[in-house]
Amino acid sequence: MTMPRSSPFDAFGNLFRLLCVLLFACLTTNAHADIDITVTGTGTRLFPLIVPVFENEGDLPKPISDIVRADLQRSGRFSLVDLGPLTLPESRMPDLAAMATRGADAVLAASVRPSPNGRFEIRFRLFDTTRRESNPELGGMVLQVSPAQHRLAAHRIADFIYEKLTGIPGYFATRIAYVVKSGSRYELQIADSDGMSAQTALRSPESIISPSWSPDGQHIAYVSFEARKPVIYVHTLATGQRRVLANFKGSNSAPAWAPDGKRLAVVLTKDGLSQIYLINADGSGARRLITSSGIDTEPAWSPEGQWIYFTSDRSGDPQIYRVSATGGAAERVTFEAPYNVTPRPSPDGKKLVFVTRHEGRFRVAAIDLATRQTAILTDSGRDESPSFAPNSNMILYATDIGGRGVLSAVSADGFVKQRLSIQAADVREPAWGPLQQ
Amino acid sequence: MKKLLLPSLLILALAACESDPVVDNTAMTDPGGSTASTGGVATVNVNPSNNATGLPPWALDSAGNSVYFDYDSYVIRSEARSLIDAHAKLLAQQPNRKATIQGTADERGSREYNLALGQKRAEAVRRALRLLGARDAQIEAVSLGEEHPACTEATESCYARNRRGDFVYLGR
Repeated sequence: MTMPRSSPFDAFGNLFRLLCVLLFACLTTNAHADIDITVTGTGTRLFPLIVPVFENEGDLPKPISDIVRADLQRSGRFSLVDLGPLTLPESRMPDLAAMATRGADAVLAASVRPSPNGRFEIRFRLFDTTRRESNPELGGMVLQVSPAQHRLAAHRIADFIYEKLTGIPGYFATRIAYVVKSGSRYELQIADSDGMSAQTALRSPESIISPSWSPDGQHIAYVSFEARKPVIYVHTLATGQRRVLANFKGSNSAPAWAPDGKRLAVVLTKDGLSQIYLINADGSGARRLITSSGIDTEPAWSPEGQWIYFTSDRSGDPQIYRVSATGGAAERVTFEAPYNVTPRPSPDGKKLVFVTRHEGRFRVAAIDLATRQTAILTDSGRDESPSFAPNSNMILYATDIGGRGVLSAVSADGFVKQRLSIQAADVREPAWGPLQQ
Repeated sequence: MKKLLLPSLLILALAACESDPVVDNTAMTDPGGSTASTGGVATVNVNPSNNATGLPPWALDSAGNSVYFDYDSYVIRSEARSLIDAHAKLLAQQPNRKATIQGTADERGSREYNLALGQKRAEAVRRALRLLGARDAQIEAVSLGEEHPACTEATESCYARNRRGDFVYLGR
């Protein structure tokens, strides 16, 4: 099922929205095909919730309650109870008994007000309809936003609701990076976590792979083949400024930003086969981390920066190992299949996702780092490039449907599944960015 | 936009709340109007004609310039020996000539691991050239991984065509 993107609206709001859409259309110079997200699996119990139309939300460049609803619905953990055009102002306690009768266990009350300098104030409070007798309010927020921040505000409201009702931090106010191949053209694109507002950071006639977000979300390191060999660049998204991070003799690839943002792990071949080096974020001070006689590649840092996980064929088949970020002996992490690659630790440090091959099929698997138990999360056959959302609960990865690359997401428990696709384009190499500040 | 907005705003009479919501003014404040906090992205175009590397076009799978490898193998097959001999002789006789060895891999599995496999093939060719008299400064082993396939069918014969080391000569 495809998520609904519009909601009923009062006549004034519609008129105003039309004006804004026209204004927006004039201002937008870089329009892109957004990503369509289809939910293909949900959690076992869906939390029933009312997110009404926000009072005066027609004053915003675009209404945002449907963005909040779509975020929550797409997460596969909520069922949204429809109130139609009815608003529930933040200033008044909603009739919780009536909302409970409609089947909702929680209800949002939200209003938009003008603020000085053309900004807006969005106030909202969340109520538990099952606790009408005691203290039903679960909390609320006041957001001061510029018109251009209306989508980010919606994602932050969805994050607030998600965390209050599931106990897990949200992940909607994030961006994702991915590469789109159309014909012989490659584009590194950045979109909101809901696939909207896609923008192109780099357009190239040669391949782009392995995007890696800086911890502050301002820069992306990636491998570009524009110089007819793999070279690592660091690209500042807001300005488009880019510089070479590593262009040594041979191949330069697999950049991975350290959690402190000051250095990166990279793979260089200047001394022979692919080996892992640490390099400062300005490209200086490259030094070898570890030495093997085979391939060491795909480094990824543990969240506190203590370990570097990587893929190595030192035992013959590719397997996952880890080494202290200060060097030393490597410790093998995976044993169960003959092909385990692309290790990516969860931001909470508890799990590691990777790609495993079983009977010729490549699938996303997760290993619990405490118990060393492995679970296969997907049932597709050509999965690549898994990456965790900042809340450690969703995993974005690339897969293949009918010979065309698409992005998919799966929850860490394997229940919630989504497919993200762009019409008539090949999408690959996704990377989930940090929470937006 | 502000002028359009103002007459249309409704005046709200706010009842006192039982408990004040958390006020979060700072996180989304954007005084300088910097594009970063609204998620702005500037687009950069890589223009092939402005590529200042001066390198020749890709030499993909051209006859006499490719060494093929078996699946999961980095050993040069016996039938490729004469080809490598010829290139080594050319490089040894013309010390000013430079060549890039581009290693490739079939598309199955991780792109970065495949890049490393392509490098392993390029490195095998580079070492053979060195043993046969080419100089270090004349040859660079690089990998294109699975990024420039000669064919894209999911068949064993196509995969085999994508496991190569290609000779690309730079300049004259």
